[in-house]
Parts: sequence; C-alpha cells; structure tokens
Amino acid sequence: MSFAPKHAALAWATLAAVGTASAQTAPLKVGLMLPFTGTYAALGDNIEKGFKLLVQEQGGKLGGREIQYFRVDDESDPSKATDNVGKLIKRDQVDVIIGTVHSGVALAMARAAKESNTLLIVPNAGADAITGAQCAPNIFRSSFSNWQPGYAAGVVAAQKGYKKAMTITWNYAAGSETVKGFIEGFEKGGGKSIKDLSLPFPNVEFQALLTEIAAQKPDVVFAFFAGGGAVKFVKDYDAAGLKKSVPLVASGFLTDGTLEAQGASAEGILSTLHYADNIDTPRNNAFRKRFALAYKANADVYAVQGYDAAQMLGAGLAAVKGDVKQREALQTAMAKARIDSPRGAFSLSPQHNPVQDIFLREAKGKNNEFRSVAVKALADPGRGCKLP
Amino acid sequence: MDLPTFAVQCLNAVQYGLLLFLVASGLTLIFGIMGVINLAHGSFYMLGAYLAFTLAPAFGQNFILMLVVGTLLAALFGYLLEWAFFSYLYQRDHLQQVLMTWALILVFEELRSMLVGNDVHGVQAPDWLSGSIQLGSLMSYPVYRLFASAACIVIGLALWAVVNRTRLGMMIRAGASNRDMVRGLGIHITALYRIVFAGGVALAALAGMIAAPMSSVYPGMGGHVLIICFVVVVIGGIGSISGALIAALLVGFVDTFGKVFFAELSGIGVYLLMAVVLVWRPQGLKGAA
Amino acid sequence: MSAAQRINRWLPLLAALALAALPAVLSPYLQELVLRIMTLAVFALSLELLVGTTGLVSLGHAAFYGIGAYATVLLSPADAPAPLLPLLAGAMGAAALYALAVGLLSLRTQGVYFIMVTLAFAQMAYFVFHDTKLGGGTDGIYLNVRPVLALGSAVLLDTDNKLQRYALGWAALVATYGVLALLQRSRFGHALAGIRENEQRMRAAGFATLAYKLAAFVIAGALAGLAGFLTATKDGFVNPEMLSWHESGAVLLVIILGGLGHLRGAVIGAVSFVLLKEALSTPALVGPLADRWQLTLGLTIIVAVALLPKGLIGLFKRGGQA
Repeated sequence: MSFAPKHAALAWATLAAVGTASAQTAPLKVGLMLPFTGTYAALGDNIEKGFKLLVQEQGGKLGGREIQYFRVDDESDPSKATDNVGKLIKRDQVDVIIGTVHSGVALAMARAAKESNTLLIVPNAGADAITGAQCAPNIFRSSFSNWQPGYAAGVVAAQKGYKKAMTITWNYAAGSETVKGFIEGFEKGGGKSIKDLSLPFPNVEFQALLTEIAAQKPDVVFAFFAGGGAVKFVKDYDAAGLKKSVPLVASGFLTDGTLEAQGASAEGILSTLHYADNIDTPRNNAFRKRFALAYKANADVYAVQGYDAAQMLGAGLAAVKGDVKQREALQTAMAKARIDSPRGAFSLSPQHNPVQDIFLREAKGKNNEFRSVAVKALADPGRGCKLP
Repeated sequence: MDLPTFAVQCLNAVQYGLLLFLVASGLTLIFGIMGVINLAHGSFYMLGAYLAFTLAPAFGQNFILMLVVGTLLAALFGYLLEWAFFSYLYQRDHLQQVLMTWALILVFEELRSMLVGNDVHGVQAPDWLSGSIQLGSLMSYPVYRLFASAACIVIGLALWAVVNRTRLGMMIRAGASNRDMVRGLGIHITALYRIVFAGGVALAALAGMIAAPMSSVYPGMGGHVLIICFVVVVIGGIGSISGALIAALLVGFVDTFGKVFFAELSGIGVYLLMAVVLVWRPQGLKGAA
Repeated sequence: MSAAQRINRWLPLLAALALAALPAVLSPYLQELVLRIMTLAVFALSLELLVGTTGLVSLGHAAFYGIGAYATVLLSPADAPAPLLPLLAGAMGAAALYALAVGLLSLRTQGVYFIMVTLAFAQMAYFVFHDTKLGGGTDGIYLNVRPVLALGSAVLLDTDNKLQRYALGWAALVATYGVLALLQRSRFGHALAGIRENEQRMRAAGFATLAYKLAAFVIAGALAGLAGFLTATKDGFVNPEMLSWHESGAVLLVIILGGLGHLRGAVIGAVSFVLLKEALSTPALVGPLADRWQLTLGLTIIVAVALLPKGLIGLFKRGGQA
C-alpha cells in the first residue's frame, strides 16, 4: 500500500497540529527559587503568594497554559546557588525561573541562566549588576535596582535643604550600591556626604556608630538596613536620642514589614521606595483587597513584585500564544510590555529593569503612608550593560 | 575623638561586653564542667528572646517578674533537654557532640519556624525603663542599656557567689578540674550535670530576654551570637567564669572601637584578638594550663 | 583471605571504575550531582588527613577551600581561558601557603584551643574576601572563561565541557584517594598515626612532631584548594560564603558522619550527605516535607549518629575488619 501525497500531507498536518496543540496545552513549567527557610523566608513567601495570586486571577493560566510549579529553597546561600538553580534548570527543566531575594544568590542564578539560556525573572534582588554588567536578553527584573531608592532619597534630602549628610549601612553590595545612589542624588542637589559609615554584615551592634554620628552632627542621616537589623537600628537610633536631633531618611526597606516590631521608634521616618501600602488607586486597592481575601494577610512590596513578575511573564506569553519555544518573540514582548502594577503602570528600561515612580513615604502607625512622588519615572542607568 | 564621645564609646563597649559575658558564662560552664561542645547554645539565646516576645504582653510592666519566670521556664527546659538528649553525649567524643548539637540547631530553627513563624518582632521595654539620659547636645543614652548592664553585673556576682561560696559551687569547680575524681568521691554526678546544664541554658536564655528589647527577635539570631560566644569562651579559658568576663569585655572594646577606627576590617578584629591571645597563652587567659 | 575481605580490598578500585562509567547512564543533572559529590569527597578526604589520620581537628578548613577557589578566579585572565595546570598549581599553592602560615601560628595550641584558633584564621580570611575589594565583596565574582588544558595548539581538556569537567573531577578524586592511601602506608603516615595516638611518646622517640603536623596541615590545605578549584570551574562563580564557618562545619560533619579514621569514611560521608540533603529537599520524594528539610536533615543526622557511633562506615564493617 502506498500513501498518496495527499494522505501523507494530511497525516503530517494532523501530527503537527496535535504536536503543537499538546505543546500548548501541556503545563508551563515555572521554577520558583526563593528563600523558603531562614531569615528571608517571609519575603520569599510573599513573593510566591503575589505570583500565584495573579495566576489565580487569570483563571489559573498564563498565555492560555496551565502552570506547573517547581520549588527550590535557595537557602540564602550564594555558594549553593549554582547547585540549587541547577535543580530547576537541569532536573526539572523549567521554562522560566522566578527568583530570588538575596543578591549574591541572584547573581549566581543570572550566570547559570545565561549559560543555559533559561528565562529568568528576578522578583526582588536589587544588585545593580543584574541589569547592569551582567544583563542579558533573557534576564528580567520586576522589582528595582539598589540605586533607584537611594538616588530618590538623595534627591529628597537635597530638596529639603540639607547640606551635610552621613550614611550608614552594612558593608555589602546592596548597602554600598544604595548608598552610592543616595550620594549621587544628594550631590546633584548640592549636598555632600561628610562620612560614610558601615559595619560588617550582619553585625547589629550599632551603638559605636551612632555615637560617631552624634559626634559629627550632620544635617541628615541616610540609612539602609533590612529585616532584623532594620528593627534594631530604628530602635537604637531612637533610644540614642538621635531621632529627635538628626532627621533620618532611608531606603524603604528600613521600614517595610518592620513597623510593627519597631513601634513608636519608627514614627515619622521618611523613606523612599517604589511602593507604598496606601497608594490610593483603584488598581492598588483592588489588589490589596484580593490579596487579603486570599491569604488573610496584608500585601507588601514583595507581594507586588511577585505579582508583577507574573504579569510580565503573562504579557510575554500572550504575545506568543503560550508557545514558549518562540523565545525571542517572547522576550521582545516582555521587554516592551507595559505592566499594570499596583504600584502604578511601568515599563522596562532597555536593560530590563522597571522604569518607575519612586515614592516618598512616612511611617505612621502600622503603615508606610504615601506622601508624594519623590522622583517620577526613574530609570536605573544600567551601567556596564551591553544590551542595545 | 573628644573625651565625651570616648566615654560614651567605652560605655557602649562595656554594655556589649557584659551581655556577651552572660551568654558566654553559660557556655563555659557547660563546656568546662561537662566537657560538652554545645553548638546549640545560640539557640538557647534565641529561645530567651522569643520567650520575651511571647511573655511580654502577659506581664506588661512587671518586667523583672517576667525575667524571673522566663529564666525558670528556660531552666526547666534545659533540665529536660539534658535528661532527654545531652546525657547521651558524655560518652561520645567531642566530634560526635559537634555533629549532634549542630543537627540540634537545625531542629530548633525549624521548630521555631513552625511555632512562631519567620517574621521579625520587637519587644517593648517597660515604661519605667524606657527613658533616656541626655549626654551632650545630640545624644542620649537609653536607660534600658544601663539596666541591662546592671542586670548582667548582678547576675554575674550571683553566679560568682554560687560557684565560689556554696557547696554546689564547690562541686562544680571540682568537676571542672577533675571529673573522674568527683565521680570517684561519690558525688551524684548525673544530678550535678543536669543542674549545671539547666543553669547554662537559663543564663543564655536570660541574656536573650534582656537583649530582646534592645535588639529585635528574628530568625537566625542565635547563629550570630554563637560564634562570638565561642570566641569569648576560648579567649577567657574554658571553664573559667572570670576569664569569660575579661574576655567578653575585651571583645566588647575590640568590636566597638574597631568599628569606629577600622570600618572595613572591623569584622576581623575579634578573631585577630583570639589568635593573638592563643599564640601567647595557648590555654586562654585563665584556662588551666 | 575470605571472599568478602577480598572484595573489600578491591572496593575503592571498583568504585572508581563505576564512577567513571556513570555518565553513560545518568541524566545531565545527575551527572552534575555526582560531580558535586566527587568534589565534596576530595574536600572531605583532605580534612580526613588532618582529623582522622593525624588527630588535628580543624574548624577552619573551608578557608583553604575558598582560597583555592578565589585564586582560580583571580588568577584567570578576564577574557581568555587560562592554562589548566599552572592555574591548578596556583590555586593549590595559594591554599598551601595560607595553610603554612596558619599552621606555624596555631600548631602550638592543643585540643579545643587548636580548633578555635583554626576557626579564627578561617574567619579572618573570610572577612578579607567578604569586606574588602580584593574578592569583589559579598556578592562574589565570576570566572569569565574556564581554564583549558592544551598542548601547543591542541586542546586536551576544556573545562567548559561538562563531560570533561566530570572527567577532571573524577581524576582529582582518584588521585587524592590514591595519594592519601599511599601516604597512610608510608613512614610519614605511620608517624602521623603515632602522633594521633600519643604525641608525647613520639616526641620522646625523637620525632620532630611539629614538623610532621605542619606537613600534614599544608598537604591537607593544598588538597582542599584542589576541591576549591574544582568548584570554581564547575560553577563559574565564587562567593565569600565558601570560606564561612558553616562550610567548615559542614565538611567536618561529613567525615564524622561517614566514619573517622578511614579514607572510605570521607567518601561515604560525602555521598550520604549530598544524597540525603538532595532527597530530603526534593518535593517529588518527600512531598510537603521538602520545605522542612532542615528539620528532617537534623533529625536524621541525630538518629544516624546515635545508632552508629562510629559513623556510617560502621554499617559496612563486619567483625573487626579495618
């Protein structure tokens, strides 16, 4: 029996249709590499919740495809990062990786993603290099770069008329990059940083340096700390009497997620961040309501970043109708997408970092309340990036 | 650096050192008397901090009472832990103890995560300790820190009194110098060990409770304290409480002034101190030669 | 010699052959897992020389591992592959140099003080890479181009190739095991064993024990540097956490778990530790417990040590066989 060419063509067409159909109806493999244990577990948790909320809102699908999640704990350990991300890339063979919080881990992930050409969306780690010297067509970020909130804080401090500033942070990449941003913004507005203090990460004995601040008498202090260190710093700053005598301006992470623990010591602290809990827009209100309903907890900046990572991915997938094999088209669509985020709509810079408004917030009670827009549509300069 | 600033920095150094002493004293007791290397000691400090967080709302202004109750709870926990777990470690060599207690850290961290979650918490100091003393134009020194230092001194004196002036203390000191002889003399060594261990846990937990309003309560806080604690114990000489005090104060000064003068390399300061001391006196400042 | 004893004698060789054959049957991910195990085994063996053979317990061994890794990256040119053998020599040499310095200063102390002083020196090295510009700071640095073994213009081994990396790791493990086995049987090895048993007696017998201990310390450091080199070429990325005391503690745990005093113990420990952690954190195997891997790992280790005081190697010993 011989196949007439017509039959053969029909057979191939059917096979092709079935093939692509099943490729498109097979679940999309999403790998979540986040801190599920340890100091940053709460952050990883919220990022995951934000991401899954968006997917739930889209009926459990992105680009018409169901999502299959693979989870790996990043252990907040950069030396294990390559091995851990390898689990997602090689063992589970995911289509896209979402992660992570810690910059050192994220840099290792970026390297692995570049080598294996796996799509990576970073939902927090602010290391400037990720959309700077280590940028790549397949690496995206839905959060911020360390430089952004720092620069905005510098602009705000200069606008308030301060001339002499001191900065204090941990001696690690996130700290020094944020401080550099602050100094750039502050000096542009005519100010000068008289001394930059730092202590080894994660040392939290601030007393010696607070005494130093009191001795130098600056107009304003810029601080960057996060987590447990942020709580202690704010309380120590208040207890040392500096809160009354030297105004404090900070990157938003000093007071995000920590206000309850900091209590009255945090009252009135000005901070800059790309999100504020009470942004009064329909989009943000709806988002916060849905998040609270789904998880019985309040959304925070990490939840927003996870949510927007899903939006970014969704936008790309919609453009290629779920066919993740059309990578270039997918990545181009993501790079051009306008994300309708609870923080306000944003698009990405050529280096794939959000170009976004940085807000000035004031800590009041249990919330960081929106006061004004510190800098509108701020783009990270993406220094060292070779993307067009 | 002008004199007032220098004086305040010294105050900072002493306060930090005294708190370290409290945690380290428990470790040196357990290490010195029972010869057990306990890597989980930092977890007891964390236990104290989380106890403070949990008990504070119930006790309100009765801070001292809360400290007492918390200490007793911690001691009870230590007593039970020794009976259930640590008593099996005495026969084992040091390395196995290292392994078992390291594994214990993992277990405690996970239990903490399951019981109280991963959030960062603060503990309010009671109103009568919340003031500040004005020093100079900009700075004020928090009363609570003075209280903490005073508490550490009081507890340290009480510890010294127990160890040097009571029968129990005599047995402890004997056990530190020669365990076998003590057993040979018919002293109930099991009960002694249990009490010492409970005491060590209680001291670490008490330090955690006292520190809680100053620091915050967060996952992983035990790990940071643990390694500094070991450094203090070793510099001071294993089993020596007075050694632990001197070492803790030294560490306090090195850490404080190191931060001010050598910002970039201040992390090394403490370890450099330990290396120098051990090269000069290999058994620590007050350790048995 | 019974059949069992004969198999036991040849076990290391059989294992080596099996490891060499594994890539043929394993997925790329599992190949990397085995490479990870082999690298950890080299690291563990280097510590075994110190702890098991010579009786020197070091809690700062990760410093040499990390220095080997950082040297690999810092000595490599930014945009061309480095020659493999000189780079390897540089990495091991840097680690050995630091080991010499640390050894000279710390071998005067004994027991727990020695443990702590090794920790102190490791922490100092850690802070140098963590807090200064030398190592690129807390986020670590990349190895831009992986080293190549070339003879003239012919490329013999390109570490950029996964399979060839595996071969290199395998060769390193076999060489390390072989060298240490020979060392143990030599006069030098017997002297070390004697020092472990009773240093005073050895000194009385006329041995310059300090020199022997220092030699062992330096060799162990160099081999740890080899493991660091392997990790740097595998990941293409190094980070100060490689020198942390967590890492030092982990490798000590590995050899205790496997069984002290035996080279096989180090290898068994490495295999067990990696597989155990992998299994306990894989949702496919343990379901929702994967998130609680710290708890399950901790409990498993406690139970294992409680039941097998001599380490996992106790499972394989039958009736007083060494």
